Amino acid sequence: MLRLADDCFVLSHRLAEWSSRAPTLEEDVALTNIALDLLGQARRLYEHAARLDGTGRSEDEYVFMRDERDFVNCLLVEQENGDFATTIVRELLFSTYQLGLCGALRESADATLAAVAAKAHTEVTYHVSHARQWTVRLGDGTAESHIRTQTALDALWPYTHELFESDDVTPSLVADGVAAAPAALMPEWSASIGTVLAEATLERPETTWAPSGGRRGLHTERFGYMLAEMQHLHRAHPGARW
Amino acid sequence: MDGAALEREFKALIEADSRIEPRDWMPDEYRKTLVRQISQHAHSEIIGMQPEGNWITRAPSLRRKAILMAKVQDEAGHGLYLYCAAETLGVERAELIDLLNAGKQKYSSIFNYPTLTWADVGAIGWLVDGAAITNQIPLTRCSYGPYARAMVRVCKEESFHQRQGFELLYALSRGTPEQHAMAQDAVDRWWWPSVMMFGPPDGESVHTEQSMAWRIKRFSNDELRQRFVDMTVPQAEMLGLTLPDPQIRWNEDRGHYDFGECDWDELRRVIAGDGPCNRQRLAHHVQAHEEGAWVREAAAAHARKHAATASAAA
Ligand SMILES: [Fe+2]
Ligand SMILES: [Fe+2]
Repeated sequence: MLRLADDCFVLSHRLAEWSSRAPTLEEDVALTNIALDLLGQARRLYEHAARLDGTGRSEDEYVFMRDERDFVNCLLVEQENGDFATTIVRELLFSTYQLGLCGALRESADATLAAVAAKAHTEVTYHVSHARQWTVRLGDGTAESHIRTQTALDALWPYTHELFESDDVTPSLVADGVAAAPAALMPEWSASIGTVLAEATLERPETTWAPSGGRRGLHTERFGYMLAEMQHLHRAHPGARW
Repeated sequence: MDGAALEREFKALIEADSRIEPRDWMPDEYRKTLVRQISQHAHSEIIGMQPEGNWITRAPSLRRKAILMAKVQDEAGHGLYLYCAAETLGVERAELIDLLNAGKQKYSSIFNYPTLTWADVGAIGWLVDGAAITNQIPLTRCSYGPYARAMVRVCKEESFHQRQGFELLYALSRGTPEQHAMAQDAVDRWWWPSVMMFGPPDGESVHTEQSMAWRIKRFSNDELRQRFVDMTVPQAEMLGLTLPDPQIRWNEDRGHYDFGECDWDELRRVIAGDGPCNRQRLAHHVQAHEEGAWVREAAAAHARKHAATASAAA
C-alpha cells in the first residue's frame, strides 16, 4: 500500500517541478494535471494505509515526517526530471506499469484499495496515452529528439526491473487476494512498451544492470535533496497547522 | 462601404454597448490597443506562475500543495485563453512570446517582487488576485467580445484564488506566533505593490482616456484603486493583520476609506526594469522557452511526416 502511495507521491512531486518550465503552455497544464492526479491517488492511499497500519497517521505525517530510509517508492519515480524526453520516458515506463497494476487491483479483496484502483485506472489511462503520444512524437520527430529520447530510454530502462520484483511480504498479500503478483504484470507491460517503441523508432535497451532497493528504503543520492526541500518548512514549525 | 461609413458603424456599436467581434471592421488604433493590452495581460498570467510556483515543492501540507498546484495551473490556462483572444486580432502567440522574451512587451510589474516565505503565497492570492479581480470584473463588459468572454471565465477562477489566499493567511494569522509574524511580514511587503497594480494616478495615465471612450476600460485607475482598498480593509481586520499604511481611515463624507500616497518612483523603477526580480523572471521564461525549442520542433516535424504519410495513403 505504502509502496504505491509513495510511488504516486514522489512522481507527482517530480512532475510538479516542471511548473512554469514546460516546452509549451499546453504541456505545462498537462504535466500539472498528471501531477495532481497522482497526488490525489497518493492521498487516498495514505489515508487507507493509516487505517491498515493502525497508526492513524495523517497524510502529512507520512510525507513530511518520514526520513529517506522510510520511503518505499521505486527508484524509477525518484529519478530527476532531466530534459523533457527523460520526463516523458519515465512517465511512459511508470504509467504503463501503473495501469496494469491498477487494472489488477480493481479486483483486490481489499474493497477500499479496489475502489481507489478503479478511480486511478481511468486517470492513468490518460497518463499512458499522453506518454505514448509524446514518445512517438519525440522518437519519430527530429534527429535531435530521437537521440534525446533514446538516451533517456537507455538511462531509465535499468530501473524498470525493480517494478516487477517480489520480496518476502508479496507472496502472502498475493495469496490473500489483496495485492497483484508483480511478475505477472511483466508480459503485458513489455508488450505494450514494445509497440510504442516500434512506432517511435526506438530500440529496446539491452542491459543487465538492475538497480533496486527502493522498496527497502535504499534510494539514490538525489532523493535526499528532494525530501530536504519538500520537508523543511513543515518540520521547521513542529505541530503547526497550515 | 467607405471608410467614414465603417467608422460611423463602429462608433454606433460602441455607443450602443454592443460587442465588437473579430470579423467586424475596427480602427487600427483600437486593434493595436487591444493587442497591447491583451498580450500584456496574457504575459502577466504566465510570468505570474513563477512567484507562486516558487513554493510548490515546499508547500507545508498536501492539501495546500494541491491547491497551489491547481492555482498555478489555472494561471497557465488564463494565459492560454488570453493568447487565443489576442489571436482573433491577427497576431500569433509565438510572435507575442518572442516580443515578451525580447523585452518589447510588458507584464504586470507586481510579479517582479520575490516570494520569500510561504505566507507570500497567501498574500498574493488575497491581494494580487484581489486587485486583479477588481481590474477584470469591468473587463467582462469590455467592448471587444473575445476579450470580454475570456474575462468571464478568468474572473470566476480569480475569485476562487482570492478566497484561497485569504484562507491561507487566516490559518497563519491564527496559528503559532511565528506563523502570525510570517503572515504580517508578507502583507507588509505585498500591500503597496498591490495598490500600485492599478497603474499610475489618473492624471499621469497615458492610455486611459481613449480606452474609456472605446469602452475597453470602464473605470479610471484611481476609481479601481479606491474600490480595491474599500474591499480589502475590512478583510484585513477579519484576518487580524495590519495594512502598512497609517493613513487608512474610514471617511464618512466620501463613503470610502482614505489611504496614503503610493511611492510612484518605485512603480516607475520597477516598470522600467529595475524591480528586484525583473531580470530573473524574464530569464526564467526565456530559458524555459529555449529549452523547449527542440520539443516544439520535434512535434512539428512529426506532424509533417504524419500528414505526408496520411496524404500518400489517401
Ligand atoms: Fe489569472
Ligand atoms: Fe489568479
